[in-house]
Amino acid sequence: MTAQTAGVHRSRKWVYIPLTMMALFYLLPMFVMLNTGFKSFEEVSLATMWELPSSLSLDNFTAAWEILSPNVWNSLKIVIPAATISSVLGSINGYVLSKWKFPGANIVFPVLLFGMFIPYQSILIPLVDVMSRIGLAGSIWGLILVHVIYGIPITTLIFRNYYAAVPDSLIEAATVDGAGIWQVYWRVLLPLSIPAFVVVYIWQFTSAWNDFLFAVLLTSTQNWPVTVALNNMAGSQIIAWNVQMAGSFLAAIPTLLIYIFLGRYFLRGMMTGALKE
Amino acid sequence: MTASVVAETEILASAKSPKRKRFRMENWWGVIWVLPSLLAVMLFVYGFIIWTARVSVSAWKGLTPDYTYVGAENFVNLASDRRFHIDITNTIIFTIVFVLGCLLIGLGLALLLDKGIRAEGFYRSLFLFPMAISFIVTGVVWRWLMNPAQGDRLSGLNLLFHNLGLDFLINRWYATPTWGIAAVAIAAVWQMSGYTMALYLAGLRAVPEALREAARVDGASEFQVYRRVVMPLLWPVTLSAVIILGHSSLKVFDLIIAMVGKQVALDVPAIYMWTTTFDGFFFGRGAAIGMVLLVSVAVLVIPYLWYSLRQDSEG
Amino acid sequence: MKRTTLKFLGLLLVLAMVAAACSSDSDDTTTTAAGGTDETTTTAAAATDSKVEVFSWWTGGGEAAGLDAMIVVFNAAYPNIEFVNSAVAGGAGTNARAVLASRLQANDPPDSWQGHAGQELIGTYVAADQIEPLNFLYEEMGWLEVMPETLIPLISKDGNIYSVPVNIHRSNVLWANPTVLSDAGIDMPTTLDEFYTAMDALKEGGMEAPLAMGEQWTTLHLFETIMLASMGPAGWEGLWDGSVAWDSAEVTAGLEDFAKILTYTNADAAALAWQDAGQLVLDGSSAFNIMGDWQEGFFREVGSEPQTGYTWAAVPGTDGNFQFLSDSFVLAKSAPDRDAAIAWLTVAGSLEGQDAFNPVKGSIPARSDGDRSLYGEYLLSAMDDWASDTVVGSLTHGVVANDSWKSEIDTAVGLFLLDYDVAALQEGLVAAAEASG
Repeated sequence: MTAQTAGVHRSRKWVYIPLTMMALFYLLPMFVMLNTGFKSFEEVSLATMWELPSSLSLDNFTAAWEILSPNVWNSLKIVIPAATISSVLGSINGYVLSKWKFPGANIVFPVLLFGMFIPYQSILIPLVDVMSRIGLAGSIWGLILVHVIYGIPITTLIFRNYYAAVPDSLIEAATVDGAGIWQVYWRVLLPLSIPAFVVVYIWQFTSAWNDFLFAVLLTSTQNWPVTVALNNMAGSQIIAWNVQMAGSFLAAIPTLLIYIFLGRYFLRGMMTGALKE
Repeated sequence: MTASVVAETEILASAKSPKRKRFRMENWWGVIWVLPSLLAVMLFVYGFIIWTARVSVSAWKGLTPDYTYVGAENFVNLASDRRFHIDITNTIIFTIVFVLGCLLIGLGLALLLDKGIRAEGFYRSLFLFPMAISFIVTGVVWRWLMNPAQGDRLSGLNLLFHNLGLDFLINRWYATPTWGIAAVAIAAVWQMSGYTMALYLAGLRAVPEALREAARVDGASEFQVYRRVVMPLLWPVTLSAVIILGHSSLKVFDLIIAMVGKQVALDVPAIYMWTTTFDGFFFGRGAAIGMVLLVSVAVLVIPYLWYSLRQDSEG
Repeated sequence: MKRTTLKFLGLLLVLAMVAAACSSDSDDTTTTAAGGTDETTTTAAAATDSKVEVFSWWTGGGEAAGLDAMIVVFNAAYPNIEFVNSAVAGGAGTNARAVLASRLQANDPPDSWQGHAGQELIGTYVAADQIEPLNFLYEEMGWLEVMPETLIPLISKDGNIYSVPVNIHRSNVLWANPTVLSDAGIDMPTTLDEFYTAMDALKEGGMEAPLAMGEQWTTLHLFETIMLASMGPAGWEGLWDGSVAWDSAEVTAGLEDFAKILTYTNADAAALAWQDAGQLVLDGSSAFNIMGDWQEGFFREVGSEPQTGYTWAAVPGTDGNFQFLSDSFVLAKSAPDRDAAIAWLTVAGSLEGQDAFNPVKGSIPARSDGDRSLYGEYLLSAMDDWASDTVVGSLTHGVVANDSWKSEIDTAVGLFLLDYDVAALQEGLVAAAEASG
């Protein structure tokens, strides 16, 4: 990608040795998941874990899918609205906090931001209480609300950083033409925001999909997302480990696909997570 | 994949025009736009923290709320709670293995990839993909890879070592006394070291080539260029990485639950809070643990936030 | 481009997922073990006007199969009530309880849930005013005539009966591999001393861990049976009614026995479920396992035969004592559908329901009029013992202590596994009793 200066290109062949060794380390769990997943039931045993399957069988994936499919749909029902709503809120907040700073905006931003770092154990007890009072405990909507609210800090951060890079002169030009706060957002910033939306959406999608803590506490059994169901499956020993492996893989597919096809945006979101101003 | 985000933003920062105050009626519209989010965060973050703080000084035990004030009793009890001591030891071991592991592997990989090799994009994607996966998935897989069984029941990595003739590497992984939590940290390193690599890579790409070239002209060897020129410029990245990794190691929960379940030997504060609150119904104690966690994270994060944002606004 | 390889991989993943999705349609013989929606429930859903959500931790093996058998009875009796099976995994309900607690705190209770007869029920749910008395149902169904007299006080408070017990399990059972024993020339031990001698001999013969154990809660299970063996029934029960002090010498002696027993266990216990520990006995890697009699359900499930594959006795030193637990179902105070919940409880307490459930689950019916012809060799012996033995309660399974107390004891035992310090364990138990007893 980025062009390197010529001088560096000399004999660098040795770097492939450590890189490839590390690549094996990263691929190991993936290999085990797939290798086990593709074996037939008869062929699976802990002792032959590292042997390749003699033929490709989908037994394990089928069995895992049968158990997990309702939960995969639940996950989608939770994650898509959650990611959408928190992206929109983040965009609005980021816009106001970067371009229409009101007195005190510089305090509001870090106040919002801190929410990104809190250990959720420090809010779980009130959370369960409030969710039940407003009648959302156990439901999919409750979990969506929680993902939206605790997603506000990071989505605001990403959008604020993104909008900060938009020259103020653009905004001024629009305001000279008589555009108000809303028109500026709608006509000037929103059309520029697609990349930021992609970044935020992916980020929120991934973190909500991967969430376990909120889901296990706040959803009743029928509404479990896939992470909770997977953990439940791993806890019930009668479901063989090979099916657990296949199930793990199924649960990882959506976020892996996002990563594979939209990796650059995914990375962008991760870097903002480090507050990289 | 990335022209470094760091570089990008730094250029932007320096190009930013001096701040101008725009006080108009419309600015107050901005407040209204932000208000819903602000209120939600005020309630769900700060309101709940205060509420938890209140529970942490209450006698609440059992399924029925009880807000009788008991002062610092729950905290005092934690100070002499042996399980909590184990939690702290485990957190320290986990944090050290996890943070150091991520930093070393991340930096190492970034330096290797920075050499302008052919398949850079491929390797980078490969090292980063675990980030996209849930800790629950990671936990389930590593639970089997790190199966501690010995003798004829060897499996997972131990079996692999045995097959490769590396029997001296066979160990009991997470069932190792005292250090078992380090095995869990290895799984966490697997997941997060690619992220650290990405941070470092961005930092490396932000080092102006002119600086390196100047050093080379002065006769510095490639190693010296790294030591004298590149590394000092990477300190801010290291700081960011330590904060991010450090605070997530204080919060680790999912990975342990999925990998080893709930057992005192591999307990951490986040799990103790969970079990004592929702299995044992010691709500007061659970809230106290939550507050201790919050304060530890705050001590780490607030100075960093303050520092970052001040730099940001001075930019 | 460099990413083509990865894209190709991605495509493969999609194909795998689609293939898995398609092939699952053609094969619906498997019953879902863990998921919220069951085959049985979805088929019944077509013509339903109400539903009952029943929460349990029966997700695996004989437990799940037993529940399914009872659901069949329920569906036949109440075809227009949909049965929603909310089963959460975790041996002895370790995960399930957290989920249930969060739902109760959230005021989102299932219509009915599984609770162990005894302090778990009385000291936790009744104390928190979460469940309704069921005296009306007992009178209507005549259950007072058929439920054992020993059991009723454990599910009652102030004259109100709070749950419907479906089964009785025994926790103090020693399982053994008969081949291993006869090869080593060992008889089933009947006292702790004989037990030690037998396991010493096996160790000398090269067996690494004669006693198979699993994750932390199975250690607590071991603890309760060894304490009973060492202290006797009066001593054990005295711990819970306050007549025996936790810092007494009797307790110290019991803890020392417990500590000694642990030296015979496997090093990877933390990584094993109770079924895995049972499997070690079947495989002959270990000779013994101490586990409740649900272990027999697992043995039969994997095709092992009584006397040839496995054998059993009371835990050494506890012969003549029946350390029991009983799974029971309650009626939530704010049950979303009270009538449907009562319908479920009616089935759970019926002879037909219990005789469908118990032979499969591997327990004996709570009712004393179960049809003996339905039960296998082990269960018949358990029925006889239940009728004649001294009955004492289980700790791990909620009879003698409420959830708070139990969780404190569990922590103390978990800590003990780190340092094997008997004095510290005893201090921990004393503190637990003070905090929650």
